[in-house]
Amino acid sequence: MNRRRHRRLQLFRTIVLVVLGIFFLVPIGAMVEFSTRGVGINSPRTLSSFTSIFSYPDLTGAIVASLELAAITSAAMLLLLLPTMVWVRLRVPRMVRVIEVLCLAPLTIPAIVLVVGLAPLYQWININLSDSILTLGFAYLILVLPYAYRSLDAGLSGVDVRTLSEAARSLGAGWATVVSRIIVPNMSSAVLNACLLSVAVVLGEFTIANLLNFENLQVAIATIGRANAGVSIAVAVASLLFVFVLLLALSFVSRSGSRRRRVRVGVT
Amino acid sequence: MSSAAEPAGPPFRGRLRVPSWVGVVPFFVYVAAFLILPTAIVVGGAFAGTHGPSLTNISALTQPYILDSFLHSVVLSASSAVIGAVVGAVLAYAVASGAPNGVIRRVVTSACGVLSQFGGVTLAFAFIATLGGAGFITLWLQEHGVNIYANGVWLYQLSGLILVYTYFQIPLMVIVFLPALDGIRPQWREATSNLGGTSWHYWRHIAGPLLLPAFLGCLLLLFANSFSAYATAAALINQGGLIVPLQISNALSSEVGLAQANLASSLALAMVVIVVVVTALYSWLQSRTARWVR
Repeated sequence: MNRRRHRRLQLFRTIVLVVLGIFFLVPIGAMVEFSTRGVGINSPRTLSSFTSIFSYPDLTGAIVASLELAAITSAAMLLLLLPTMVWVRLRVPRMVRVIEVLCLAPLTIPAIVLVVGLAPLYQWININLSDSILTLGFAYLILVLPYAYRSLDAGLSGVDVRTLSEAARSLGAGWATVVSRIIVPNMSSAVLNACLLSVAVVLGEFTIANLLNFENLQVAIATIGRANAGVSIAVAVASLLFVFVLLLALSFVSRSGSRRRRVRVGVT
Repeated sequence: MSSAAEPAGPPFRGRLRVPSWVGVVPFFVYVAAFLILPTAIVVGGAFAGTHGPSLTNISALTQPYILDSFLHSVVLSASSAVIGAVVGAVLAYAVASGAPNGVIRRVVTSACGVLSQFGGVTLAFAFIATLGGAGFITLWLQEHGVNIYANGVWLYQLSGLILVYTYFQIPLMVIVFLPALDGIRPQWREATSNLGGTSWHYWRHIAGPLLLPAFLGCLLLLFANSFSAYATAAALINQGGLIVPLQISNALSSEVGLAQANLASSLALAMVVIVVVVTALYSWLQSRTARWVR
């Protein structure tokens, strides 16, 4: 009877995974199919949609801008969030909850709501500071806070922050040294995790850029899609693959990281 | 004990001790400027009139076309949440009942991570390539004599949005529901069959009641998720204000002036109120689950 249940379970799992696999793979496959279509009805497959990505200066500009924004947002996230989280744990533990609530708040405030309040702010920024698309980094840092916070929080809770930093401080290290040379190397996979999630969020962002009239990757895809669906679907395929590889790499990195830590504990 | 240890501090402390609030200043300044201030602008705008505070913008929400967009948003979110939650729970169970560190589980969870976040514009184009006028499935079915758009092109309407939204709702459900399923111990099942219980007894009396709060919580999260989604709908539907986010974007990008900006604020406020209530219910249900998970 137990074996029969086991066989039934295997059958159920196979059916579910195959059916949903088809549901999730068909649209992606259709994108690949669509973006490799030739011009005529029976013309052969062609990669011209992919190669002509580079003949759209707006599109390449938007791709570069989105990559720059991803890098800026990740760096700013680490600079702002990590020292604050370490500081709060060491010096003002009663603020931990406040920081957490603030960091997770963007999950309950939809981007479409946030952009209504950001619009007047960005009017001011674009007139008085800069009208570069890179100013979007200010808003994107807010968007990535929840993901970065969760990841860094998980990493920090696996490190004895107090002992490590007291040891480092008693040997004469300053705060910057404590964070960059003691804390970060001890939670490198959490830091990497936070960065990759930030990159994924920024590369996929559309709402804020679109309504503040900046052309980032997603806005460019949507705009070009109205004229030439093939090219914009080609870009969409490329960016989807890029992020998928990024996150798959992450899942392997974090696995090997945890294994290494376990080994080290075993040795000592 | 602690009072003796704390104020004394380490004896070798040579440098000036910085007040403890200094370290959190940059973070609070930043969050105040780019999270709290925008939220305050939304709330302020919703209650702003031409001469001081007023309720004009709030009462503007009762116009029929705006009420329609709220109705559409609720229908869209509720149906995509129910479909996403049920199918996602089944997929999560299929994943959870396999090897905990197996390839299938790793691939499914990272794929779900991408698909639940990366929806947006890409997703709209994926479905245009699949079910659009020249889409892969549409053409294939046409060759076999089936016209899925015999009753109109539904992809760019509410029913189309429901289908497209399930594409990111199912992966999100897998991510948020998997921890609850992992908390179910195989021993409970063994105990049930040792006591003569069947599969039905196990699901009806053990796993079902335990998983129900988690399931409902995830359902609410999915509702809030699709209620606040904008990118996919905007890329799929070019004009009109079918759902609330599209109404907000119309009001925000209209050139008519302050009245429209304030309407955007009151729409945004109404939306955030709904999302906050739903999310609060979610975290209450989640805390009930947390009592027995791990």
